[in-house]
Amino acid sequence: MNPLIEANDLLRIYETRRGLFGRTSPVRAVDGVSLAVVQGETLGIVGESGSGKSTLGRMLLGIDPAQAGEVRFSGRPMPKSGTAEWRALRAKMQLVYQDPLAALDRRLTITAQIGEPLEIHRMIPKEHRAARVAELMAAVGLRPDQAGRFPHELSGGQRQRAVIARALASRPKLLVCDEPVSALDVSIQAQVVNVLRDLQEQNGIAMVFISHDLKVVRNIADRVAVMYLGRIVEEASSDVIFQSPQHPYTKALVSSVPVPGKPLEGRMILQGEPPNPAERPSGCAFHPRCPLARDICRTSVPALRQIGSGRTAACHIVAGEAASIETLRRRA
Amino acid sequence: MIRFVLVRLLRAVITILAVVTFAFVVLRMSGDPAQVMLGPDVPQDALDAFRRTWGLDQPLWVQYLAYIKSIFTGDFGVSMRDKASALHLVLERVPATLQLTVPALILKLLIGIPAGVYAALHRQSFADRGVIMLAIMGFTIPSFVMGLVLVLVFSVLLGVLPSGGQNTWVHGILPTITMSIGGIGILARFSRSAMIEVMGQPYIRTASAKGLKWRDVIWSHALPTAAVPIVTIVGFMVGSLIAGAVVVESIFSWPGIGRLLVVSVSNRDLAVVQCILLVIAAAMVVSNLVVDLLYGWLDPRLRSHAAH
Amino acid sequence: MGSANPNLVELRDLKVTFDGVEVLHGIDLDVARGEALGLVGESGCGKSVTWLAALGLLPGKAAVTGSVRVDGRELCGARRSALEEIRGGRIAMIFQDPSSSLNPVLSVGRQIVEALRLHRGLRGGAARAEALRLMDMVGIPDPPRRFDLYPHEFSGGQCQRLMIAMALAGQPDLLIADEPTTALDATIQAQILDLLNTLRAETGMALVFISHDLGAVSQVCERVCVMYAGRIVEEATVAQLFSEPRHPYTRGLFDAIPRIDAPRQRLLPISGTVPNPKHLPEGCSFSPRCPRAVDACGRERPPLTPLDDGRRLACTRPVPLAASRRRIPQGVMQ
Repeated sequence: MNPLIEANDLLRIYETRRGLFGRTSPVRAVDGVSLAVVQGETLGIVGESGSGKSTLGRMLLGIDPAQAGEVRFSGRPMPKSGTAEWRALRAKMQLVYQDPLAALDRRLTITAQIGEPLEIHRMIPKEHRAARVAELMAAVGLRPDQAGRFPHELSGGQRQRAVIARALASRPKLLVCDEPVSALDVSIQAQVVNVLRDLQEQNGIAMVFISHDLKVVRNIADRVAVMYLGRIVEEASSDVIFQSPQHPYTKALVSSVPVPGKPLEGRMILQGEPPNPAERPSGCAFHPRCPLARDICRTSVPALRQIGSGRTAACHIVAGEAASIETLRRRA
Repeated sequence: MIRFVLVRLLRAVITILAVVTFAFVVLRMSGDPAQVMLGPDVPQDALDAFRRTWGLDQPLWVQYLAYIKSIFTGDFGVSMRDKASALHLVLERVPATLQLTVPALILKLLIGIPAGVYAALHRQSFADRGVIMLAIMGFTIPSFVMGLVLVLVFSVLLGVLPSGGQNTWVHGILPTITMSIGGIGILARFSRSAMIEVMGQPYIRTASAKGLKWRDVIWSHALPTAAVPIVTIVGFMVGSLIAGAVVVESIFSWPGIGRLLVVSVSNRDLAVVQCILLVIAAAMVVSNLVVDLLYGWLDPRLRSHAAH
Repeated sequence: MGSANPNLVELRDLKVTFDGVEVLHGIDLDVARGEALGLVGESGCGKSVTWLAALGLLPGKAAVTGSVRVDGRELCGARRSALEEIRGGRIAMIFQDPSSSLNPVLSVGRQIVEALRLHRGLRGGAARAEALRLMDMVGIPDPPRRFDLYPHEFSGGQCQRLMIAMALAGQPDLLIADEPTTALDATIQAQILDLLNTLRAETGMALVFISHDLGAVSQVCERVCVMYAGRIVEEATVAQLFSEPRHPYTRGLFDAIPRIDAPRQRLLPISGTVPNPKHLPEGCSFSPRCPRAVDACGRERPPLTPLDDGRRLACTRPVPLAASRRRIPQGVMQ
């Protein structure tokens, strides 16, 4: 199947200034990322703060332009942001982010806001709009009596449902969700995750689900990409990657998730902190924290390589082992 | 750091030049000094002679270049009226102005900041409401109205304080109070909101959770952080120590820079007006620079240090 | 200590009211010397308010009633100086957002030394040496070089380590950690939990760990209280609670958390939302969302009652023991 959205070698550099008197220094927020998502599939993107996962999400939608590389939607290159062509395409790709209160207009009722995209994109005749809004509200689990409410009169979970309903109004083909449930309590989080899952199954939407919460990603994504300092370090199916993570960073990340009832002992605890993105370590960016690092990791950047069927990793050690196993097999 | 100061100094020089240029052009567009100085019924050749003496017959840009050149050599021109050095005339008046503005500034600081801090720490109390009300009155009533009301009450009705002149320190009381009231109001409002903001910060809760006495939480944790925004306002007040007395000096006939400015403008005494504006601009710019440096000293987040 | 009472802190009928709205409805809770107690629940359940109220750290508009005893000494309604003696010295507290919990304009060294001077009378070189030792103990690399740095020059995880160092300065008998890892990245979260465990083993201090994350709680605590809408609804040892949650709310929480070590499956959310404290439902506050509720649950509120197995439970229709071991079939919770 042809991918719905495809990114090739995306690059995004920010300039940051240190302090009042400081000089600017370049930060490679997204550095050579390629990915593809087909219709009906969910790609999870996980990583810690500074990994560039949110920037990547915005680049997929064309909100942040790529400085190198390209994004293709339905096989065609993404039009420049701000152009009429891009705005028309935005109806097909929607963004849901962490803070629903910031995404909603405080002065409008949620019905008005859910109906807004229908009006902007002139999708359906006026007389059918109310019915479509009611349908959308039902789809995300909002009650009809909540239609006239304002955002501040709703709970956090209900607001996020309203945001999702609005995103769905234009019948998008792609939904990019950036930490959509991180601000919600566990019991509500589960409700919203289920809503997203159901909608995707019913409508065959492709979804990019960005989150720092591995448990949630495990449950919603078909495939998962792990990012560290602007690069994808491992990608595999959700079933595989959490059961047998290969990259040492993925291993640590999976191991750091507290499992209820399991003691802390025996977990892999990383030393040190993610480095400042402006001071990216040489070679493999993970090497200062990596328990397996060797000399080559300090000098040479590992490429993302195939390490099994449908899975890739960017690690000299993992790739090296895969290669040596391969040679052994060939010899036998 | 040195680079920062140099950049700021260069900017300061540019700002002052802009002020001086603006004054130069506006003053020459808005009236003929020869006419104003010599009166309406002078013969044409007297006017021409006057213009020749002061270089007013030259094209504007020649005058301007000559003026800028002389500024950089430290020559600020000569008063057309008194034939004395303009700089000398201006500097002569500085002490009189400072006699009013410095005590007024001290009053503003000593009353405004504590009142604001007290109000913030006793929110919704009677004192808090009182402070807010008086503060609003303080900075909404213009100083010429305030000055006239004070004169009416203390000089005319009660007869306890003089309404003008500069003979003794008693003469300074009314002008000083008039000048300080607006600033007290502004500082009280500002300190109050800065302090309320700081008291809601998590690190104040940390300081209490640590076991610090309430007084120490205020003195060593809340006030140093609240000082950062207050410094901006105080810096502005310091910058206007020289310029801030124009209205009040006129009301109370106080022979300071403000009065000199008013008189010189109406006489079209070009050199003196330009010199005053230059001194005022310089004071403003220098105090701004000091405020910026103080920021760095008060708030380490604005200093540049590598994090690791 | 030699005192007969093993409890360090005893809370009795602790209530908190904000602007006339009661948000904490009578908490009874003991913390024994050296134990690690977890408080879990969703936002607004009162888990943080309980301890802020106990230490008198709530803003002035909050009204606190009931009893807070530390070593038998009553703190509730006591003079400010009595509270100030307890804070930091007997009971220290760290908070959710470490970066904004440290004063931005004071160097971190100075903030730690301040606590050392206050509680241990250390000054000058001795205070500095001890502060450096504490920084080293909580895992700040190269303390002498970092002593004079300011909070913004440290990462969130390091700020939390510094907060812990500052808390340890008073050699407290109890450390209250209010969501200490919530704002931190996953790998850093694991580091801080590990640090808390190590420090507790080394110093023998008691720990109250407040969190919405059942996983994190199970890694540092021995006993857990589950709170809902301003009340404790279940209290048990970690082993009991995690193998057999009895309160339907506890059970619901476990089911709602996605698992990383299980196959992909539909989550089982708790229906509805947390009630507004201004309009609490009649009877059991959880009854409108409870899959096991009967009519009586909406009329009468069950008190927190001790059970034979040592736990305390506030529920008239608890999850049966055998059933709680299995995952509830799909649909029951909807």
